[in-house]
Amino acid sequence: MSAMTDTATQAKAAAKPLMARINWVKAAPWLYTLALFALWELLVMALDMPPTILPAPSNVFAAIAKYWSPIWKNSLQTLYTTTMGFAIAVVAGLAIGLFIGWSKTIYAGLYPLMIGFNAIPKVALVPILVIWFGIGTVPAVLTAFLISFFPIVVNVATGLATIEPETEDVLRALGAKKMDIMLKVGIPRSMPYFFGSLKVAITLAFVGSVVSETVASNYGLGNMMSSAQSQFNVPLVFAGLLMLAVEGIAMYALMAWIERRMTGWAHRSTMAQ
Amino acid sequence: MSHLVSIDNVDMRYGGASGTLAVSGLTMRVDKGEFAAVVGPSGCGKSTLMKLVTGLHIPQTGVVIVGGQQVTKPVSIVGMAFQNPTMLPWRTTLENILLPLEIVERHRHRLRAHKREYVEKAEQLLEIVGLRGFGSKFPWQLSGGMQQRANLCRALIHEPELLMLDEPFGALDAFTREELWCVIRDLHAAQGVTIILVTHDLREAVFLADTIFVMSARPGRILKEHRVPFERPRDLDVMYQSAFNDMVHALHGEIAKARVVA
Ligand SMILES: Nc1ncnc2c1ncn2[C@@H]1O[C@H](COP(=O)(O)OP(=O)(O)O)[C@@H](O)[C@H]1O
Ligand SMILES: [Mg+2]
Repeated sequence: MSAMTDTATQAKAAAKPLMARINWVKAAPWLYTLALFALWELLVMALDMPPTILPAPSNVFAAIAKYWSPIWKNSLQTLYTTTMGFAIAVVAGLAIGLFIGWSKTIYAGLYPLMIGFNAIPKVALVPILVIWFGIGTVPAVLTAFLISFFPIVVNVATGLATIEPETEDVLRALGAKKMDIMLKVGIPRSMPYFFGSLKVAITLAFVGSVVSETVASNYGLGNMMSSAQSQFNVPLVFAGLLMLAVEGIAMYALMAWIERRMTGWAHRSTMAQ
Repeated sequence: MSHLVSIDNVDMRYGGASGTLAVSGLTMRVDKGEFAAVVGPSGCGKSTLMKLVTGLHIPQTGVVIVGGQQVTKPVSIVGMAFQNPTMLPWRTTLENILLPLEIVERHRHRLRAHKREYVEKAEQLLEIVGLRGFGSKFPWQLSGGMQQRANLCRALIHEPELLMLDEPFGALDAFTREELWCVIRDLHAAQGVTIILVTHDLREAVFLADTIFVMSARPGRILKEHRVPFERPRDLDVMYQSAFNDMVHALHGEIAKARVVA
């Protein structure tokens, strides 16, 4: 793909110096997004879709402008519940991951339990959380946490459990305790796994918070979209989706950036292969 | 009298009473300052022998004595290097080499206060193995041979009395291997360290060692002990003498026979 862009760049470089100065690889995500919106707009026009079924992007952007104040408030609420749940998931996931990865016995005993827990659709837990905590922010935060901590646990535990036996032998022969091996090798080694899992976890956290807001809250994008839907305000539903996409991309990009900053070595060394 | 390592009639079985008997009736002695090589068919218990001497495994019967003390737990007067260099990729080469000092009891409390002194020593070692100026590089920026050189530095940084090498050059090409033979030879001559080298390369064993132990097939025990007669310091040219080749040939025959018996 980059080769194609290169030849395109070169072809245009001869004709227009301005075009040559654009970094097409960098620009590609924006161009593709614009193209998607344009295609969507054209499709709605061509098929003459009513806005109650599929509103055109122009319609959706108009809705965003019109309802900006509630959209902004609810977006912040969703971002808040998601990051809260995610933050708890990071702390708890790291702790549980370290605990599980500590010994082969704990790993063997708890792993099936974790798999079983992960297989439960988290939306099924929302009613229980509502019974315990009432509707609102708390069940949304907890659902975001419950759905996103699993990949963190698994990744951290795997990083610890896959220490090369030779490395362990070298250190044990020097008199290293389990704690030394964890601090010197296990934890640094599991960091790329940990930071890698954050990208997955943050995306899942959005799923959890929005699901919970949809069924059990008076705030947040999930709630806004479900009430908009009951009023047949379809452009507003799509406006909510768009805001979710924007928040999701922003948080994902942040996690990817953190990952690169913290574990640059893993991308160059053989471990990343 | 001055045995640094003495193993007496040792049995080592993995995985409980019905498990694999890896070595049985193993007896050998290595003197202080000696360079010993252990050769034998694959799977005969050579790595097990290394782990018995370092205290990573405790034998079911028999005794292992290192430095005058019976081995009942890991002994920190030992440095180890394996075929796989196991450098930690998030540490620079220098930090990797200093790692044992963060573990070994008698150094770990001094490390912070005497960092300069230790770093100097690491740099000296790097120079000896021909890696001067590479301390700040990460392991993945080094070639396999260079990583193995750094690995040797790491095994030596805490000034062990005994250096255990388990097929350290197995993964390297022939030229790099010969270069590293010379590095080991010079280290042994300069530092007066006792070395036990496990290898399947008979030319390597004859070139480097004072004594060669031939092991039987599993369960491993020592079949024969050879003194290597060649004068030190040895040059790579020694490998083209007919006496050298005769010795390699004889060892080869013994191991082939040990394999057939199994
Ligand atoms: N941790 C272990 N658990 C069970 N069996 C083992 C273990 N390590 C080695 N063995 C067995 O013991 C025997 C000797 O192994 P090893 O000492 O590694 O041989 P070598 O290094 O000479 O190839 C082999 O048959 C091997 O399968
Ligand atoms: Mg072996």
